Amino acid sequence: MEKTATLARELHTREMTLHMGPSHPAMHGTIRIFLELDGETVVSADVEIGYLHRAFEKTCENRTYHQAIIYTDRLNYVSPLINNFGYAMAVEKLFGVDVPERCKYIRVIMSEICRITDHLTNVGATAMELGAITAFLYMIKARETLWKLIEEAAGGRGVTPSYVRIGGVKDDLPVGFTDMALNAFKVVREVLQEVHGLLTKNRIFVDRTKGVGVITSEEALSYGITGPFLRSTGVDYDVRKAKPYMVYDKINFDIPVGTNGDNYDRYLVRMEEIQQSMRICEQALSNMPPGPVKVDDPRITFPCKKDVYTKMESLINHFKLFMDGHGIMPPKGEVYQAVEGANGELGFYVVSDGSGRPYRLRCRGPCFMIMSGLSRMIKGGMVADIVPTFGSVNMIGGECDR
Amino acid sequence: MYLDIIITLIKIAIVFGFVLNVAAILSWAERKQSAVMQDRIGANRADVLGFRIFGLFHPIADTIKMLTKEDWVPPAGDAFVHTMAPFLALFTALVVFAVIPFGDTLHIAGRDIPLQIADLNVGILFIVAFGGLGFYSVVLAGWSSENKYSLLGSLRAAAQLISYELALGLSIVGIVMVYGSIELDDIARAQGQYILGFIPYWGIIAQPLGFLLFFTAAVAETKRVPFDLPESESEIIGYFTEYSGMKFGAFWMGEFIEVVAVAGVVTALYFGGWQIPFVNNQGIFFPGLFTIPLPHVLIVLLQVAAFGLKVLFFCWFMLLVRWTLPRFRYDQLMAFGWKFMVPLALLNILVTGLFMYVF
Repeated sequence: MEKTATLARELHTREMTLHMGPSHPAMHGTIRIFLELDGETVVSADVEIGYLHRAFEKTCENRTYHQAIIYTDRLNYVSPLINNFGYAMAVEKLFGVDVPERCKYIRVIMSEICRITDHLTNVGATAMELGAITAFLYMIKARETLWKLIEEAAGGRGVTPSYVRIGGVKDDLPVGFTDMALNAFKVVREVLQEVHGLLTKNRIFVDRTKGVGVITSEEALSYGITGPFLRSTGVDYDVRKAKPYMVYDKINFDIPVGTNGDNYDRYLVRMEEIQQSMRICEQALSNMPPGPVKVDDPRITFPCKKDVYTKMESLINHFKLFMDGHGIMPPKGEVYQAVEGANGELGFYVVSDGSGRPYRLRCRGPCFMIMSGLSRMIKGGMVADIVPTFGSVNMIGGECDR
Repeated sequence: MYLDIIITLIKIAIVFGFVLNVAAILSWAERKQSAVMQDRIGANRADVLGFRIFGLFHPIADTIKMLTKEDWVPPAGDAFVHTMAPFLALFTALVVFAVIPFGDTLHIAGRDIPLQIADLNVGILFIVAFGGLGFYSVVLAGWSSENKYSLLGSLRAAAQLISYELALGLSIVGIVMVYGSIELDDIARAQGQYILGFIPYWGIIAQPLGFLLFFTAAVAETKRVPFDLPESESEIIGYFTEYSGMKFGAFWMGEFIEVVAVAGVVTALYFGGWQIPFVNNQGIFFPGLFTIPLPHVLIVLLQVAAFGLKVLFFCWFMLLVRWTLPRFRYDQLMAFGWKFMVPLALLNILVTGLFMYVF
């Protein structure tokens, strides 16, 4: 021991500074980590975000309530429909309207499909960052079948479907959607089985993920972390159970929790959440009542095109809803509406001054809180662990930087 | 005298042709293999006059692309070392084939032609030495690039080398003990014997544990998943971050040639080399029962073909491994090498020694 100490004194070493990102294959081009390295050990890490800042909130404050929908797509673009619904629910809360039952079921189904696509992408990407590219491509194959579903319903594929309308959804689900969804879930289950076989008990994978990127539940809570990340530490907080919205209170599902709060637990939690989301979808598909998918309220809902062309009242209504200075005008007030996004609690805080544009729109992106805890998680670890830990955050630039 | 040189040159041409072609086709096979495993179609776009032949033109297209790309040397780097490193990678990978026997001695027109380029009496040491030297290319490439990511890659390569070279060498000791020679030709010949009269006395049967250790260490030498730490494309991009054009291509080729070389060494040491079970230099035979005589040249050709097939099998197997497993971390890899492989290799030597003493 003494000898090593003398050696260390004689051999003058100093830490190496390394800029990881923004042009780095694993940093999405949207994040930079300033690293101080001692060999491969991370001495200090400074995480810099903001490369994808698009002034989402300010932009929305300068658009009508309806125009803001497409901006919400681009928050977490791996699960865009959850953002869509969260925003629409906030505005509906301002109006104090309740959307029809069928619409709620559709929103639940589409939210869960999006959650599956998000988790599939994330788990696959984590595996890929560890070198297991095959697992990633299996996941992408499964995601493709789900994106087909979203395309059938919304018209747009996974990234920008803009399926929601304030007061409902764009259209009812297409004919045969149930069968398509069940077939897609079959594919997803097969893929999950394969990925379980490839990774879950793979010694290399377990060694690389267990005990890596650990965060305790107290720390996670103090950072305001939610979602699978928090649940992997053992806290069973899930907005869907804690403050049920849509019809989540009528559906049976479990919240998987981990114990160690490491990358492996996050992997397991996400894998199990995919199963639970499919369970939710299957129940919702079988219990879905018939009926309208939009609320019948002329203040919010657009009249159907046929009526606009043939009926005076509908034409005026359409005009009022779309013209500048009119539009969808919620009463004065402020609301906060949270939904369980794929990464955690996704909140929309909307202040209305009674005009056609939000006075203030604030979005609580779950990634932001996790990213603030990232430097603590990677400090003291190895360079090789930065990438999988960062991967397990599922940092989406659009949602984090907004 | 001249004839000897010409014969040697012909052998070199054959071996070079085989190795380089297999390496080029491996670059295609890797893409196709991964595609098959991942439910994709894989490379199939390059065509010549509308013919695509399963994308087999891709290696050619890639080579043309890399030859015509800009050759960039980092201004802050060491241009000489930077240029030398890829050559070293190619050279060390190729030269291993000089000592691998690919067939029995051929008797033509009263001459005995050993089907091996150089019958060195230190064959195995030669292989181990050049395998180790191959890592210099990586270290030099990372050092001369003047890039921190490259440097990390080359340091990882050095760490990997010292963790695996020992286990690699120790696992071969078992083979040397069993066959009593370090000449690869002798070892290949000795694998033509039979245990109990009918089980081929191949290295894998004599040294099953040694085979597993050697193969693992040898895959580590090729620097491919799960041991692709020097590259780690998702973490540190790799020791060749600052390489472009054909210099990058040389590293790329070097990797595939190493795959072929490892397959060749594994075949020579553990899979009977060019031996075909129940075929000896008289013809097809079953010990103690019958013999079907075959012409000498045909037997030799069959043996060469058998060697080639075994090499291809191991190449394929390494692709399979590459697309199945995730990657080690570098401290885990060192721990695996020192705390697991080396003790097992020592145990293997001990058990082999005991067996040889008792029987």
